[in-house]
Amino acid sequence: MTAAIAHLGRFTLQVLRSLGHAAFFFIDLLRFSPAALRRFGLVVAQVHAIGNRSLIIIAASGLAVGFVLALQMYYALVTYGAAESLGLIVNLALVRELGPVVTALLFAGRAGTSLTAEIGLMKAGEQLAAMELMAIDPRARVLAPRFLAGIVSMPILALIFSAVGILGAYVVAVLLIGVDAGNFWSIMQDRVDVWRDLGNGIVKSAVFGLICTFVALYQGYETQATPEGVAHATTRTVVIASLGVLGMDFILTALMFSTP
Amino acid sequence: MRESAPFLLRRVAPSTLHSDSLIEIDRVSFGYDASRTILNDVSLRFERGKVTAILGGSGCGKTTLLRLIAGVHPATSGRVVFDGEAVNAQDKAQLYRLRRRLGMLFQFGALFTDLTVFENVAFPLREHTDLPESMVRDIVLMKLNAVGLRGAAALRISEVSGGMARRIALARAIALDPELIMYDEPFAGLDPISMGVAANLIRKLNDATGATSLMVSHDVLECFSICDYAYLLSSQGQVVAHGSPDELKASPHPEVRQFIRGEPDGPVRFHYPAPPLAQDLGVSA
Repeated sequence: MTAAIAHLGRFTLQVLRSLGHAAFFFIDLLRFSPAALRRFGLVVAQVHAIGNRSLIIIAASGLAVGFVLALQMYYALVTYGAAESLGLIVNLALVRELGPVVTALLFAGRAGTSLTAEIGLMKAGEQLAAMELMAIDPRARVLAPRFLAGIVSMPILALIFSAVGILGAYVVAVLLIGVDAGNFWSIMQDRVDVWRDLGNGIVKSAVFGLICTFVALYQGYETQATPEGVAHATTRTVVIASLGVLGMDFILTALMFSTP
Repeated sequence: MRESAPFLLRRVAPSTLHSDSLIEIDRVSFGYDASRTILNDVSLRFERGKVTAILGGSGCGKTTLLRLIAGVHPATSGRVVFDGEAVNAQDKAQLYRLRRRLGMLFQFGALFTDLTVFENVAFPLREHTDLPESMVRDIVLMKLNAVGLRGAAALRISEVSGGMARRIALARAIALDPELIMYDEPFAGLDPISMGVAANLIRKLNDATGATSLMVSHDVLECFSICDYAYLLSSQGQVVAHGSPDELKASPHPEVRQFIRGEPDGPVRFHYPAPPLAQDLGVSA
């Protein structure tokens, strides 16, 4: 019994220590971000590296989600004679939820793992230590630009995901099924609010970008500098970032859309 | 230093500050955790403008010593003095000020793999100075020329050999003309030609720039061919002997002789401590 309590105590202390360590790391990233902004070229290069290389998977997934969403919604709505609402439902589902969330999950798998592995291998190859010994803080030079780039890239990718998804829904609903094109677009124009729907979706995806990039950088920076260490760190990035995104999505949705 | 070398095998006394020393390690002990001491009350002195080698077997704390000098870790006890100033690993501002005065060559180069050879050497210049790009280019090409790799400036790091990587890292280490250059195993894994080139470069660069060089290695012959002075560390993290290469070669000390001659057994045992073989195999002797 005593041993079990001692074990629980050790585990709790370990968790608290890890959380505290991560919190200090997060504060450091925030602290170095203004300086990284002043060297905007570094951030732009990372936006290109993180965002541009995720574009194909994001666009392809958006298109597929748009196709399926239009089909499923049509089958459900046509039963109640509400097929003219298809454009609205597809749009709201994409810009409010699916765009930010699915983009974030894909981002965690595509760019997050890439960031973790890159930083982890830089650590294993003593590149970060070399930078330190050149009196250059790797958190300022390497991590902060990537952190900002992740926050900037995610909303752009989520918008692209939603836009391509809506186009996919248009192809299925209007061109294949025969839903009225004017109705498909006009109901969106009429009922989708730029700030409440699109704006909140962008805020959500920026928060998800912060979560995914922070987790990826932290895991890479704190990884054990061995092949196994890097492998475990990339796995942890996907798991923690995905769970973080899903948890935060519920909180943000409750805060943003609690009033009708 | 050769002329005034203290007599071989003398235990290093707790040092007092010497004006001709760039670095003094004063009764330093260190361990990565409380259970294992890596360096045990060591005192060393590195004179300005000289090439000093720190020799010793794997795991004796040679690289750790370099890390202590650079303030990567704080010493458990004792102090490290860099040009009259005690290194404080907790004081980031002081550390970064000191580190701008040193260059370090890592064992495997630690080159930035996403940059070209040119960009690697230009990296410290671009980070620490506001020099115009034309001047950065000139300096980088001169540094690369010094290590014989001006023609490789446009190559990516994945395209260069291990020996070339070491030389590029050396060019990067001297980009800001540091007062102290630290070499961590500069000869490890190099073929004989690359090894000779590296040794020659270390000596020539030291003499040309007037820097102080500190070299950690277990390659006795190459070190002795270029260094002015050498320390030998034991596997217990203590200074066994120090002196000029000639003095160390002539040493009657069993551990020094074993190390220099590369004998498999001696004061440093071949076998890791273990119970008798017969006992492990379950047979009676």
